Amino acid sequence: MDTASVTLGEALAGLDRGDWSSEELVSDLLARIEAGNGALNAYLDVDADDALSQARAADRQRARGERAPLLGAPLAVKDNINVAGQSCACASRILEGYKAPCDATAIARLRREGAVFLGRTNMDEFAMGSSTEYSARGPARNPRNPDCVPGGSSGGSAAAVAAGMALAALGSDTGGSIRQPAAFCGCVGFKPSYGRVSRYGLTAFASSLDQIGSLTRGVDDATRLFFSMAGPDARDATTVTLPLPAPEACRREDLKGVVIGVPKEYFPSALAPDVRAAVLAAAETCRALGAETRDISLPHTEYAMAVYYIVAPAEASANLARFDGVRYGRRAAGATSPMDLYCRTRSEGFGREVKRRILLGAYVLSSGYYDAYYLSAQKARTLIRDDFTAAFRDCDAILAPVTPSAAFRMGEKTEDPVQMYLTDVFTATANLAGLCALSLPCAMNADGLPLAAQLIGPAFREDAVLGAAAALERAWGGPTGWMGRRA
Amino acid sequence: MEQEKRANGGNEGMDVRHVALLARLALTDEDAELFRGQMADIVGFVRKIGELNIEGIEPTTHAHRVENVFREDEPAPGLDRATALANAPEQAQGLFLTPRIVE
Repeated sequence: MDTASVTLGEALAGLDRGDWSSEELVSDLLARIEAGNGALNAYLDVDADDALSQARAADRQRARGERAPLLGAPLAVKDNINVAGQSCACASRILEGYKAPCDATAIARLRREGAVFLGRTNMDEFAMGSSTEYSARGPARNPRNPDCVPGGSSGGSAAAVAAGMALAALGSDTGGSIRQPAAFCGCVGFKPSYGRVSRYGLTAFASSLDQIGSLTRGVDDATRLFFSMAGPDARDATTVTLPLPAPEACRREDLKGVVIGVPKEYFPSALAPDVRAAVLAAAETCRALGAETRDISLPHTEYAMAVYYIVAPAEASANLARFDGVRYGRRAAGATSPMDLYCRTRSEGFGREVKRRILLGAYVLSSGYYDAYYLSAQKARTLIRDDFTAAFRDCDAILAPVTPSAAFRMGEKTEDPVQMYLTDVFTATANLAGLCALSLPCAMNADGLPLAAQLIGPAFREDAVLGAAAALERAWGGPTGWMGRRA
Repeated sequence: MEQEKRANGGNEGMDVRHVALLARLALTDEDAELFRGQMADIVGFVRKIGELNIEGIEPTTHAHRVENVFREDEPAPGLDRATALANAPEQAQGLFLTPRIVE
């Protein structure tokens, strides 16, 4: 066994065969974290004793003949998803020392299926950012090249998986926060449709956009974790009761009869040539697998960033109002009135990017500006949604880039918020329209950085995305095949 | 009418200090200065939606049109008091402590 490259599925098969125990898997990962985390800062907190005791408990269950789909499988968890008793600080000073009072629903379901929770991964504070440089605990780095960002906001999860410090990790995706770091680090990033996975216990950023998903080494692991987490939850009224797709439809070997749309607006002249080449090569593989590719148009794409950076900050400014120094987290010392307490606590506790988003959100919701910005953005969101509804009349899934370029350098965009925001240009649309989408590594570029393609599917048709991704991955020689491809 | 309002809304800059107060943020002079420029850039960037003709378009408040989701009103245990208070920065007698509100 090599924990640096084994997939979650392979690790579980090894556990079933008795080739290794969960304790051995976890010990091995802990050793790799000990050796590698100093340089990458992918994990914020790891409680080795707790992880080992969860692993031993899983091993005892297995020895008693008990079985569960994820029994003994170690997972890393983004620092904004609550795991009872563990820290859940959203990489923010304002939640320093916060201990989760209960499991998020997604965590409770994975726990019931036997998963072991290894540790907390680094992120942009409150998931606001695209590089994991806006973490109060210091930036994470890209394991493929430590001078580059791992992407964000789930950058710690992506870095941990790519660096061999986790077999799989959970992330959250509000505008691309799973898919973009997966693309930059070279792992599979999957965001299910809005409403599939309960948001209960995910610290809210933008409630109409947030969704929990996975970062894994292979497509089948994404499918596995999706089926373990998905389904309606009485604690999140936005979860849907629609049936889940058929698992076999998520494990396709060819794409006969499938129509893949290629939207022209996602291939602007500013797109990096290596990203363009990698995505067009993926389209070629789709055709070789029997799919038809078709040129399509999503005409309102150019407005998506403006819509996203109104809607998401507006919701964030409301959601983050709860951090006031009263019920949990940090409290400023010496406050003389409640107003003084709120202002000082929030000013000490939040970092600059979070403050910018709160300011923007408060502004677009404020009297006199609500119609001009927030209501207009909600109407424009309808146009973006309608673009996809129309496109999916002509195709089963959409193939597009994930990011305008491969991973950028540390510090390159931190001084210019708008440039940082523009890295979400191809991903935020799926959140605005509530669609499922996946980032699939395709090739290495000339600098040894991963290149990825995005598959976007209709809402609640995760099989369209997972099935196509599974067939592509298989055509390229399995989960590590992309590493040998050049673009 | 709508077009007019949007154009007006778009012509005024952000009063960073005023908005910070609305958001319960006390900004340092350095941050206020930094944000003044950055927020102007960001607002300029999102103002692009003003180019769209959105008259008569229904707003999307949620990704999917789900309305009036009900569940059975069945009693179930919630967080107990000790757990709910465990993360409180200051507490006494089973309550959250705040600075004095009423003089």
